[in-house]
Formats: sequence, C-alpha cells, structure tokens
Amino acid sequence: MYQSILNFKRARYLWLALAVSVMSIATYQWHQPIGMPNGGTWLGYTLGTIGALLIVWLLLLGMRKRSYNSNMGTVQGWTSAHVYLGTALLLIGTLHGGFQFGMNVHTLAYVLMVAVILSGFFGIFVYLKYPNLLTVNRSGDTLDSLLDKVLKIDDRSRRIAATPDLSRLVDSAIDGCEIGGGWWQQLTAKGSSTISIPNAFDSDGQEKSQSNKDQALVIDVLANRLSQLSGGGDEAGAVQGLIANFAAKQTLLRRIKRDVQIRAILKIWLYIHVPISFALLAALITHVIVVFFYW
Amino acid sequence: METFDIAVIGSGPGGMSAGAHAAELGLSHILLEGSPKHSNTIQKYQKGKHVMDTPTKLPLRSPLDFSAGTREYILDKWEEGMTSTNTNIQYGSEVSAIEGSKGDFTITLVNGKKIGAKFIILGIGVQGNPRKLGCPGDEFEHVQYQLDDPDEYKGERIAIVGAGDAAIENAIGLAGSNQVCIINRRDEFARAKQGNLDLITSSISEGVIECFYEANPARIEENPSDESRYIFFLSTPTGEVPVPVDRVIARLGAIPPRRLVESFGIEFPNDSPAALPELSSQYESNVPGMYVIGALGGYPLIKQAMNQGYEVVEYIQGNNIEPADHPLFVEAFDGLPYDKTIDEILEYLQASSPIYNGINPLNFREFILDSKVSQRAPGDELCVKGEFTDSFFVVVDGNAYVKLPGVGEFHFNRGGFFGEQSLISGRRRTATVYAGEGCVVVETPRRSMVKLINSVESVKRVLDEAFILRALQTKFAPNTPHDQLAEVVANTELKTFDANQNIYTEGEHGDEVHLIRIGSVTSVKQSNKKEVITSYMPVGHYFGEAGVMGDGMRTDTVRANVRTETICLNKASFVTLLEKEPGLQKEIQSHVRDRLTVEARMEAQPKGGELMSFLMSEGLGEGTDVLLIDETLCVGCDNCEKACAETHDGNSRLNREAGASFADVHVPISCRHCEHPHCMKDCPPDAIHRASDGEVFIDQEACIGCGNCVRNCPYDVISLQKNPAPKPTLLHWLLTGKGPGPGGKQYAEGETIKKAVKCDACKDNAGGAACVRACPTGAAMRLNPKDFVDLVGSRFGS
Repeated sequence: MYQSILNFKRARYLWLALAVSVMSIATYQWHQPIGMPNGGTWLGYTLGTIGALLIVWLLLLGMRKRSYNSNMGTVQGWTSAHVYLGTALLLIGTLHGGFQFGMNVHTLAYVLMVAVILSGFFGIFVYLKYPNLLTVNRSGDTLDSLLDKVLKIDDRSRRIAATPDLSRLVDSAIDGCEIGGGWWQQLTAKGSSTISIPNAFDSDGQEKSQSNKDQALVIDVLANRLSQLSGGGDEAGAVQGLIANFAAKQTLLRRIKRDVQIRAILKIWLYIHVPISFALLAALITHVIVVFFYW
Repeated sequence: METFDIAVIGSGPGGMSAGAHAAELGLSHILLEGSPKHSNTIQKYQKGKHVMDTPTKLPLRSPLDFSAGTREYILDKWEEGMTSTNTNIQYGSEVSAIEGSKGDFTITLVNGKKIGAKFIILGIGVQGNPRKLGCPGDEFEHVQYQLDDPDEYKGERIAIVGAGDAAIENAIGLAGSNQVCIINRRDEFARAKQGNLDLITSSISEGVIECFYEANPARIEENPSDESRYIFFLSTPTGEVPVPVDRVIARLGAIPPRRLVESFGIEFPNDSPAALPELSSQYESNVPGMYVIGALGGYPLIKQAMNQGYEVVEYIQGNNIEPADHPLFVEAFDGLPYDKTIDEILEYLQASSPIYNGINPLNFREFILDSKVSQRAPGDELCVKGEFTDSFFVVVDGNAYVKLPGVGEFHFNRGGFFGEQSLISGRRRTATVYAGEGCVVVETPRRSMVKLINSVESVKRVLDEAFILRALQTKFAPNTPHDQLAEVVANTELKTFDANQNIYTEGEHGDEVHLIRIGSVTSVKQSNKKEVITSYMPVGHYFGEAGVMGDGMRTDTVRANVRTETICLNKASFVTLLEKEPGLQKEIQSHVRDRLTVEARMEAQPKGGELMSFLMSEGLGEGTDVLLIDETLCVGCDNCEKACAETHDGNSRLNREAGASFADVHVPISCRHCEHPHCMKDCPPDAIHRASDGEVFIDQEACIGCGNCVRNCPYDVISLQKNPAPKPTLLHWLLTGKGPGPGGKQYAEGETIKKAVKCDACKDNAGGAACVRACPTGAAMRLNPKDFVDLVGSRFGS
C-alpha cells in the first residue's frame, strides 16, 4: 500500500543496481589492462555487452507496458527496475569506455545514452512531485467539471448583458477565450485570448482584436464602464454582475491552465526520453557494427 | 354483454401466444390490451435493440414465431402471426375489475364496457400501467406518458409533469431544442438521484427550464387562438395559472399491478414486493378458472411466457400435455441413480427435505430446472471454505460431511442442507463440505433461493433458524453440541437496520450483543465534539460485548453502513454461552483488548476517521474488492483504463478520472463487487454470477442486454456496449500506425447487439486485475474494506 516506484518491494532493484555498480567499480579498479582502460579489453567487452543488453531491456519497458495480458511481473516492478538499472547504466557505460571520448559515433552513442538517462531523471522528479500538485490544484474538481463551470458562467454572462454593446463585448470576450493550444501554450499555462472592444467602451475609433490575456482587459473595460455609470441603474447592475462573473472565470481559467500545464509536464518529458532512446538504439547498433567490422 | 370462452388479459408474449393458440383452435376468445399496441414492454425497447431468445435449449411452443432478432423484426413477426391466425385482439381495453367465478366471469373495462368469459388468462406482466394525469383533457392526443426519443421533438412548448428521475431526464433531454417547463406537485425534488437533482436545480436557476412548484394539473383545454395547441391550467397556492403548451408529458410512475390482481381475488403469500401469486402446476391461481402466465407468475423470459400461453389454453381444454420443458429435465436428470419417470423423480426430490414442503409443484419444477441435481463421488468438495460461491445445497440421498477440528465429522443426511451462511451474508464459505457415500445433492443458485425465500414463508423461517444456530456455534461455542444451544437460539432475535441507522449510541445503557449476518457497521466515537470512525466491522464480527462484560454503558456509537441485519443476543443468553464454553471468556477479553487498541490508534488520527467516513459515504462499505487510486502517485497516464479495455474486448470497465476524492484517495467509477450485488437483483436470464474468489461478473453468452443491471447499480459501473471487432496486433500498430492503438476500439460493420459489461476483477487472470498490474507508478490498488484501517494507518499513521 502506498509504494512509490522508488521503494517498490523495499527498493529491491536499488540493491540490485548498487550491487552491479559496486562490482563494476571494483573490477574496473582491479583490472590492469595493457595501455589505457578501453572498450577493447576483456572487461571493456564484458561491460559493453552488459550495457548493450541493458539498453535493449530498458527499451522493452515500452512493450511490457502495453502487453496488458502479460503476467511477467507488474508494470510498477518493471518501472522500478527500469529506473534503478537505467541509473546503473550511466556508470557501466562510462566504465566501458574507460573515459575515452572523441568526435566519433562511439561517443555519440554515449552522449545519447547520457541524455536519455538525464531526461529519465527529470521524469522521476516530475512523477514524484507533480501528481500531488495536480490534486491540490483541482481541489475536488475534475477538468471536465471545471470546464463545465466556465460554460455556465459564460451562459450567465450572456444572459445578464443588458445592452447591445455589453452583449457584443461579452460575446467577443467569450468567443475569443482560448484554453490550451500548442505544446508551448500548454507548458507555459499561457492562453492567447483576444477581445475586440466595441466603440462605446473605447473611443479610439477602430474595433480591432486585442489581447485579453488572463481576462484582464475585459475586466478592465468593465471596471471603467462602471466608473462612468455613477448613477446606478440597470446597466450598472449588469456591469457589476459581469465583473463578478469574469473575475470568477479568471480564477477558474487559472486553475484549468494549471491543470493542463501539469498534465503537459507529466507527459512532455516522454516526448524527449523515448525518441532519444530510439536514436540511442540506432547509434548503439552502429557502434557495435563499427567495432566488430572496422576496428 | 358479449361473452367468450376464454378472455386473455394483456397482450405480451404470453397473452398473444394464448390468444393466437385459441384462435388457431377455433375457440371463442378475446385478447384485451389496455394500450394502443401489443407487447407494451417490448415496444418500449430502444429502436433496433437486439432481443435474445434465451433459454436457447427450451423449445418454442406457440403459433407465433420467435427467434433472436431486432425488436422490429420480432414485433412484425408477432403482428403477422396474429393476423394469420385471426386472433381477436381488442386494443384500448384496460381492465378495471373482474367479478364472478369459473364459467361465469364478468370483466369490466375502464371505459365501462362489460365482457363475459368462462376462463380468464392473466398475462399483464409486472410493469404496471402508467399513472394518469387524472384531470379533464388528459385524453388529448398530445398528452403522453412516455418519451422514446427526445430528439424527435423540436421547437415545441412542452410541459413535463412529475418530479422523479424520469421526469427530470425527459425535461433535460428536451430542453435543448424545446421550451420546457416542469410541473412539480411539491416544493422540492425529493425523490430524484443526486446527479439529476443537480442538473434540474441548475437548469431551473439558469432559466433554461421553468418550474412550477406546488402545482397540480387542473385541466387541459384546446387553445382556440391556435398560438399553442393547448392551454394547461395549473392550480397553485396563488391561484390558477394558464400555461400554453403543445405537448404534455406526464411521468408519474407506474401503478404496480399487484393491487389490481388482488382485487380479482388472487392471493399473494406475503407483503414482499418480490412475492409471486401461488399457482397450480397448470398455472391456475387460487381463483378457479383464472390463470396467470408470464412475468406476473414469475417467468420473465419471452420464450417461457409464450410456451405458457400455449400450454394454458391446452389445459383449459382439458388436455394434460407435457410441459415444453420436459426434454430439459431428461437432460438434467441424466446420470442420476434413479429408475423413475421425470415426475416421479421430481416428487422424490421434493419429499427429500422440509425446506421444500411449502413449494407448489409448478414452482418446484422451475426451481429444479434452475438447480443442478447430481450424484457426487465420495470425497468430492461440494463447497470450499474461503470461496465466494453462494449456491445452496440439499442432500437428497447418501450424505455429505464437514470436518470439525477437535470434534470429528458432522454429517448431513437426506434432507440436510448447507450453504445458507454464504447465501444470506454474501460472504466467503465458512467451511468445506465433502460428499460422502452415495451422495446426491441439489445445488441451487442464489437467485432461485432468494425467489423461494420471498415466496414461501416457511423456507425463510427454517433457513434463519439454521443460520442462527450455526453462526452462534461457529463464533461462540464450537465445542457445544447443537441441542444444548437450542434455548439460546430460541431467545435470539434478528434485527434489521437501515443504512446510517444507529444500532446503539455512545453513553446509553445497553447489554445486547450483536453478531453481524448481513451488511457492515462502523464504530464511531465523539472526540472533541467531532465524530471519529474508529473501526469497520463486516459480516461475522460481533460488537456490544463490552456492555455485557462491563457496566452496561455503551462507550461508542455503532452505525450500519448499509442495510444490516444482526443476530441479537440478550445478556442472559450471552452469559449462558459463556458458561457453556469455558474458553470463550478469555477469547472475548482478548477481542475487546484488540479492538480497543485499534480504536485508540484511530482516535489519535482524526483525519483518518474523516477518510473512513468518506470511503463509507462512497458506498465502499458494501464492497468486497474496491479499486482505489493514490493521487499522490497517479500521473494520469490512463494505462489502467487501456489495460482494462485491452483485456476485456476493447471496452474499459473503469473510469479513472471520474469519481470523488478525499485526502489524496480517489474512488474511480469501477465495480466494488458488493456483498449483495444490486446488479443481480433483477436479471431475467440470471446472467450475473459471483466467482469463487468473490468477483461479480456477467456471463456474456447469457446476457440479453435488457439493461436492468445498469439501472440497478447505484455506482454507475455497468454499461451497455457493443462487442468490438478484432484489432491489429501491438507490433502491427507500432510499425504501421494502422487501426486503433492500445486501449482504442474498433467496431465491426453492422454490429448492433449491445450487452451489459462490467469489471470482473480479471477473475480469469492468474496475475490479478489488469488495471493494477498495468499501473506504472503503483497508484492503483485493490482493497477489501477491512483493509481500510491499514490504509488510514499508512496515510496518517506516525
């Protein structure tokens, strides 16, 4: 009950990874190759073989995750092992190369491997930290129920807009409201909402589309309007109601954007981690072929 | 007054079959139907719905055709059959009264017309007639009592009368493209489900739907000005209000047919809503000359009803034909060591046990057909301790036995029965029973037993007595022989408590001990003026013993989580048990100590108590296997849903994101495998079962897609789904990107059959539930409610 991937089954794969690492370091220290330590010694080949097999196995997580009928352990167990053995790979790969780097396909494979592992570290960080933030931000709502609330507020706003100009303003603000968008908008929680202000509220002549980021402009325009309607009356009441509505909408939109943002963060790293893994696989195959046929 | 030999009332499958057979034989007959169409219940099915012809093995015996097909196909076939046989059907003839006796009945219709008949066949089903508006004008063409498809109406002014779920759902469904008002006799919507209540109140407050509260329909008049079709006058506390409308839809519920049936003179054995009228083996009721067939007689399946319609006409003619189910018995009794005819075996079986005494032969026939009669090899396990099976056994010949540690073997001989503990409690088997020498047993599924308990008073009494005796012995007095417990058993009482009812309250005096036999309870303590749940107790646990052992003051409040039944022992009885069983005192003291330790731990974690309350309020107290999601670990990848879909024909049976959360514990929409599954309550083909490990599942072969379980489940975890077409393999998808990926589904062309699907907790997979196995972060877990205390401990414990 309540086991994160890090302490799955009392972190059994941590101990496995540590054992592999300690053995690798010890052997590396003990080994006295002719010349510099490198991938061509018997230890280099051994570590290289272990590393290559590990990479293939780490990649298989993607298959296991989708093999829903499989009874080969649980996906959580696989993920836990993936994390710890993937970390150990950093050490094994480095020792395999004996700290020799250069501008060649071998170092390219190494760099890609490091990039994959580092992006994986980011993934672990995200998986441990963000689920909780998601819950806090939702505070009992779901994305659907939040969107539903926004739609209801919009309906109410359209109904209480008492004058044709107010109606146009409200319609334009609602129609121009944007949530989500491309990956950048999602990650930064920025929308590109727009509004065009009817002349009655802004006498600069041209009605044009302006940024209504965070619903700030529409609230601003309504607040200005309210200050002009000092005598009260129907319109003042309507404007007051609209300000309250847009303020409520603003709060909801912030939560929605935050929700979208967290979901995006929880996913985006995989768009880096997985493609580079495949690039690594390609580089690894090249590396192996080059080593055996052309060295 | 027109007079006929046979009057059939109700033109469902049974009634039509009877009418058509009478027509075929050239008998004087009439078939009376209250509504303007035959087969009212089947007419109400959605368009194109596939209707099954279960039980498939039962041969059809009727002049009308019936085989599996769409609703339209079947209705057309029946229509054709009635025309070709020249069946004398009369529509719009609702019956209000029947008087007279065999050979001379007088049927009075609602419109006042009288019809004479020598014999009457009642096939009116159990749906009842919709309650009418009961005001002048309710006979107009556009006043209706049902709504098939809200999308059929556009741009109309529609008044909905009623405040229940049906009325609200209709109002919401129509409001999109019509101007809708809802007319509520009261000042609130008290009867509706929470979801519907939220929808209607928000629609009203937003002005989408207009609502007239405390309004009663006064009359409907045609509108001369032609602006709207009618004017609907409502009487309200402030006077009469005219509402212009084009259509009135009244959803006032149905009048159950029981009272009407009773007014004809037919008797029911008890007040249970599930009770059935007593019938002879020829479907004749206690009123001679009046026969009951179909659902009203307890036979909800179409084919059964049609066969009965045919048979009953034959019986009235004096032809004692063999019932259509005869070949099924030949098959069922194959391999039994009896050289007897079917009827003789049936008689022999019925004579075997006092449990069967009060059952009439017709019901017993059906009962045995539902059951399994078999000879078992000595040493065979009939039921296994710890399994969740819930069938009931009666020994017909030879014996069966349990091994009691320290005591030896206890034998059940001819007439002996077992299995009532699991049947009543919905819990695991409490003992393993083995077949002895020459053992022949009748094994009856839960549903048939429940039906029997509801319709035969004596069965319930005998079972309850056995239950109490065996439960007390298992729990308190394993070493005391049965006869010495008789007095204690006689002094116990079965008590029933509704959900959320307090069984006793902290601070009051009381010295009764309760042993839970159905449901579950929580113990609650007052701490800093707040209630803290300190423990959860399922079936088989007892409480209140501290009152007997101590000063009689209750130190906690015990509350039923769901409808709960307890065996209640008074102080004297409990003391007798303590005297008879020397080890009991010590055991109870240690039980009290253990519980106090848990309670102290829980009291120290008031947040934990709140989490417990939340889990209970979500209805998890009646579950046996509950899916929970730890929100601090869930990354929202939905791999659980994909795994579910991939392992279950492409239809996910869980909705991860929906559902409530509290203290980072999320309860997704997913089956909790209730102790007493609501879904099983009303399944015509008996397709819902409980597997030996407790999983409640739907047999897809048997399901007829009626949707009763979908409506009966309070947790919305069952849905009607089409069976998807096979998908390309994962590798194929990965390499080509063609077809739906993991979790996606693809339908075959023209596939129309929808069947009920729900979680089966992956009962056939040795590795356990796919949702949990597929969760990459360990957020998904499956728990039994009794693990909730540990869950709370791991959440809030130090």
